[in-house]
Formats: sequence, structure tokens, C-alpha cells
Amino acid sequence: MELSVDPPPEKPAKKPAAKAGPAWLIPGAVAPIERADPYLDIEDYDPEADLMVLNLGPQHPSTHGVFRVKLYLDGEIIVKAVPFAGYLHRGVEKLCEKLAFTQITPIVDKNDYVSPMMNEQAINLAFEALLGAEVPRRARYLRTLVAELQRIGSHLLWLGTFALDLGGALGGGSTVFLHCFRERELILDLFEALTGCRFHYNTHTVGGNRHDIPEGWASLVKQALAVIESRLPEYEELMTDNSIFVKRTRGVGVVDGELCLELGITGPMARAAGVDYDMRRDAPYHAYDEVEVRVQTETAGDCQARTLVRIREISESIRIVRALIDGVPEGPICGHKPIKIVLQERSAGGQAYAALESPRGELGTWVIGGGVNKGTSPYRLKIRPPSLHAAACLPYVLPGHSVSDAIVILGSVDPIMGEVDR
Amino acid sequence: MPTELLKNPYVHGAVYGVVIVTVLMTITAWSIWFERKFAGRMQSRVGPTLVGPFGLLQPLADAVKLLQKEDIVPASADRALFNLAPPLTVLFALGTAAVIPFSPEVIAADLDVGVLWVLAMGGLTVFPVWIAGWASNNKYALLGGMRSVAQGISYEIPLVLAALVPVTLAGSMSISDIVRYQEKNGWVVGMPPGPGILAFLIFFLASLAEANRIPFDIPEAESELIAGVTTEYTGMKFGLFYLAEYLHTLIVAAVGAALFFGGWAGPFGLGSGLHWMVGKTLLLFFGVFWVRWTFLRFRADQLMSLCWKYLVPAGLVLVMLSAFWVHYKAGTRG
Repeated sequence: MELSVDPPPEKPAKKPAAKAGPAWLIPGAVAPIERADPYLDIEDYDPEADLMVLNLGPQHPSTHGVFRVKLYLDGEIIVKAVPFAGYLHRGVEKLCEKLAFTQITPIVDKNDYVSPMMNEQAINLAFEALLGAEVPRRARYLRTLVAELQRIGSHLLWLGTFALDLGGALGGGSTVFLHCFRERELILDLFEALTGCRFHYNTHTVGGNRHDIPEGWASLVKQALAVIESRLPEYEELMTDNSIFVKRTRGVGVVDGELCLELGITGPMARAAGVDYDMRRDAPYHAYDEVEVRVQTETAGDCQARTLVRIREISESIRIVRALIDGVPEGPICGHKPIKIVLQERSAGGQAYAALESPRGELGTWVIGGGVNKGTSPYRLKIRPPSLHAAACLPYVLPGHSVSDAIVILGSVDPIMGEVDR
Repeated sequence: MPTELLKNPYVHGAVYGVVIVTVLMTITAWSIWFERKFAGRMQSRVGPTLVGPFGLLQPLADAVKLLQKEDIVPASADRALFNLAPPLTVLFALGTAAVIPFSPEVIAADLDVGVLWVLAMGGLTVFPVWIAGWASNNKYALLGGMRSVAQGISYEIPLVLAALVPVTLAGSMSISDIVRYQEKNGWVVGMPPGPGILAFLIFFLASLAEANRIPFDIPEAESELIAGVTTEYTGMKFGLFYLAEYLHTLIVAAVGAALFFGGWAGPFGLGSGLHWMVGKTLLLFFGVFWVRWTFLRFRADQLMSLCWKYLVPAGLVLVMLSAFWVHYKAGTRG
């Protein structure tokens, strides 16, 4: 198999991001702010200052997994932050080179363990592009439905853990957390009715889905959504209308749109900074070209804006599911033959990239066909995790904040370590 | 003769001291059960149910579990100070209880400077926390201890100012005298020109901060500092910190009930007695729980700005207002 490798592009004189940037930015978006040098040589810092090195993580209750940030503290103010990833590295991409296309889905389920459906869909979109598989219209509708339900569940979990970061595991924060989990449970129940599993579903496959919509599922979905919608105001009361919440989040951890474009940050974080970009609208996949997606944006780019965007995205997802649930077309749910043997999908070569809008941003998969076992495995597979790009903002954002703010910022960035390290 | 013997202040103090400490400890233990039940209801859970009826024996199970845990002292810790801190916290929390009048008789020591004693003991609680933070030789504990000292010293001032309002009104620093004054003239919390309720609010906020309760629990902020000063503590030593926190909260509630809500005096002329004092204390205690499971946490610098920019000036104004009020009343009387 031959791979054409392009020579590395010559460095342009000016950053192209600065030119391409404003096209995506909405008017009024937060302007780039002056930041401390993220690559500050700590030796150059004021020698009089008595700096303390604090290892936040990898075992820390608020780093959302095994994430480690090395903080240089002047008093309680962060001077420099160095994030370390890789504590949860499992070699998923390498493992995929040995597995057949049909075997990979349940493996990548565990990458972004807060929204497993998205991982399955992302990887299968890429496989379908590589293998030229056609997905029936019913399956595309079903995928859109579960994607939006998963988005609700994922944002609810984020809201709960963010409240934990703000209010502590033994206080008001845990009240919000458990309320959010109560609602997320409804989503998991819906997935259980659909696939038989509560968390790692293995319901998507090349060319479609494996589990058809069961009888009466639509009314279950509507009931669950009605409950969740009726309880959303509770969260607004506990979180966004709460003066302590506003005090802790407004103006904290500002990530401007230019920085987002430079670091490749997508999803709610970028939208909170005024980057009007959502793959569901701008590069439609599944059935998103048949439904209106109202992209939620904010301009402040701080922790409060990120919260508002995510809470509004929950309502927006509820609206999208309601718009689609009654119009699911009849027909097959899988365009390919049902899986009888694992080696049934083969590719001679070529490559493909496909991406979708996961709750954290652009979740992409790049795959080269023609691997081992006569092309039944990918030759190489690369996952583009949105969390990795989001976490990349930490060295830029953390300096100048206190340790308490660092926890809040880390929570609002919403990195999922399974996805960052793969 | 037991009644004769009880008139001896030493015997009186010893007997009532033991009784009060035992009762307080018991209430504290079961308040933990109550708080867990209450938090459960609030979070659509059921709380402890397995140990005993309604999980009532949960505090005993907790204590037994804590006693069984291995006692770990970090190799780099200052062993003597590390071991000293947990009993000191409980000591200072209990010391405050000595001067609280639960009824005209049920009081361990009726000091003439009871309010001063309460405030002094409350101020001393900063020390064991700082000792623990320093002796653990852990960065998170150190940060927690540092925050605790800053917070304790700052909030001492509005606490004193708020406590000065009933002292000024009653013209005495003995808590029993303040309660007797309220029996005659109505509760401080409803005192006419309005400093009463405001002074109580400042007292409540400042004592929440002193007892390290949410929204002021930054010294142990679990999500930021893991467990703050208690990070390195295991087993019953950790349990003592936990116990002291609840004891402190309970005693602060009792002091609040005595200083601002008329202590043993009943409302609407319903007579007076021990039961009123206990009831008021438990109600205030319940209020603290409610706040804890509803609010998020402040940041350290926001905590300081709340104290120095709002509570301290307000407290100063209130003390002045109450002094004017006393002066005015003295003038009208004769």
C-alpha cells in the first residue's frame, strides 16, 4: 500500500488563524486579552518571590480523571501551569490496527466515557466514508435522535460535576450533582430500552444501527424529555441565578475566540467565546440537514458563558429530538449485511476523515484502509478528541488565577481524560 | 445533702459540666444522622437506612469504623504537633459550652464575662487548625491552614461587633444577664431600631465562617484542597476534627439562641424553661444544615472582601446604633 506524504507546508509569514478567525466570530465576541507567557521560564520569574510547586493531580478529586497540572504558585496565585496528559493512555488507536472494522465500535465506546454514543458514531462515520457504505434514512434519524439524547445526558453530567467543583462534594454542589444525575438516569433508561445496555452500547455498526427502535419508545422519549424540561428551571435557580455562582464564574478563565481558533478548540467552549461554529449546522451529517439547528453562542468566553451555552444546548437538544421523534421514516436500519462474521468488511486502501459535533466539540476520526487480515482492519486510525484541544488552553488561561479558580476553569473546560489520552 | 452540695460552685460546675458535655456530644452524634437524612431528602435520596431503625444507629457505626482505621502519621510530619491538633479542636469547641445558660440553673459556670469567654474560645479554634496544617507537611494542608488563619482572624471582628449589640443593650457581658434582660424587654432579634435582626445575621454569617461551614468552608474545600488541613489525618483523628466542626456549629447555634433569641425565655409569654433554649438551638442548627446543602462556596478573596467591606462596617454602625438606643432609653426613663 502506498501513502503519499505531503512535504510539511512552509511557514507563512503571518498566522493564518488571525485572518481566518474573524469570519467565524460573531460581533461583540470577547477581544483577545493580554496573557502571561505560557512558556515562561520559571528561572526568569522574580527571584525574590518564594514560589511553591503544587502538583494538582493525577490523584485529585477535581481533575475529572487522572489529569495532572503542575502549578507554580506565588502565594495562591498561579504563575505558570504545565498540564500533563497520558495517565490514562490505553493505546486504543494502536489496538484498532489489529481489530476488524466491526470489532472497533465497542472499543472506542470507552474513549469519551460520558458520551459513548458519539464515539461509536464518529468512528462509524469514518468507516462508512472509507468503505463507501450507504446508511439508510431510518438509521440516520435514529443516530440523530440518540446523538441529541446523549448530548443532554452528557451536559447534565457536566453541570453536576461543575457544581461539585464549585460547591464541594459535601455541600450545595452535591445537591445539584445528584439532581442532575436523577435526570441523566432517564436518558440512560431510554438507551437501555433501545440497546439493552445502559452505558457502553455497541449499537452502531458500519452502514447503520444494530438495534431498531422498540415499540412505544417514542412516547417514553417524550415523557422523559417533558420531565427534564420541567426541571431545567431548577438548575437555573441553583446555578445561574445564584449570586455566589455568578461571583465565582463571571470573568473567570476567559478564553477568547482567537485563542480557540489557534488551539483548535471547538464545541461549547468555542461557542461561549463567540465562535459561531457547530458541525451540525455547518457540515451536516446524519439527518441534521433535515432539521433546523439553532446554534447557541455567548460572547463573554468565561466560565459563566460556558455554563449558559451548555444549559441552552440542553433545551435545544430537547427541541431537536421533539422535532424528529414523530417523523422517523420506516425502512431498514442497516445498509450492510448484518454482522455474521467479524471479517466481513474489507477495504483495499484509501483514507477518509469524518467528524461530528460531540458534546465537547469536533470529534473526528481519520482512517487509512487496507490493514492486516486482507484489509479487514484499518492500517492506521487517528482520533481527534475535542477534549485534548480544550485542555490545551490551560497554560494560557490559568496564570493569574488562584487555585480555587483553577478548579473552576478546569471544570468548565470539561476534559474527559479517556478521550484526551485514548 | 445533694442539693446543699450543688450550691458549691465547683460541684455545680463539675456536675452540670459533665451533663452538658454528654448531652452536647450525643446531640452532635445524632445531628450527623439528622444532617445525612436531611441532605438525602434534599437530594432525592433516602440517606442512611441500614443501621438500626431509620438508620438511627449510623453515628455509632461511623464511630466504630473510624476507630478501626489504621492510624497513619506521615513520615515527614511533625509528630507531636500532628497528634496534638485533633484533641485541641474538640477541647476549644467544648470549652465554649461552659458559659452557655440552658436555663437559670443549667449552666456550668456563670462567668461575668461570658461573652468574652465565648469569643476567646472561638478565636482559639484557629490554632489547632493551623497547627494541623503546618504539622502535616503537606502543601494542600498548608494552603488550608493558611486560609483558615486569614479567615478566622478576619471573621473574629464582625463576630465580636455583632455580639457587642446584645451586650450593649443588656449592659452586661454575662450571658445569663443578657437572657434575663431579654426575658423582661423582649428578644434582641426584634429590638426596635432594627439592629437586632441585622446583628443576628452578621453573627450567623461570621460564626458559619468560624465553624468552617459552607459557603465559608474554604479551609477544607474538598474540591480544591482535597480535604484541606485534614488531608493527612486518618481514623479517629480525622473523626475528632469532624466532631469538633459539628460541636462548634451546635455551640454557636446555642450562643446565637441565647444572645439574640431570648435563650430560655419563651415567646408570647408562654413561660420559660430549658425546652425553649434547646428548641431554639436546634432550629438554628437546622438552619446551618439548610444553608450548607443549598449554597456553593466562596473564593478566599471574595470571602475577605465580604468581611472587610460589608460585615465590619455594618457591625460598627450597629454597635453605635445600639449605644444611641441605650442612651435614648436611659434619657426617657429619667
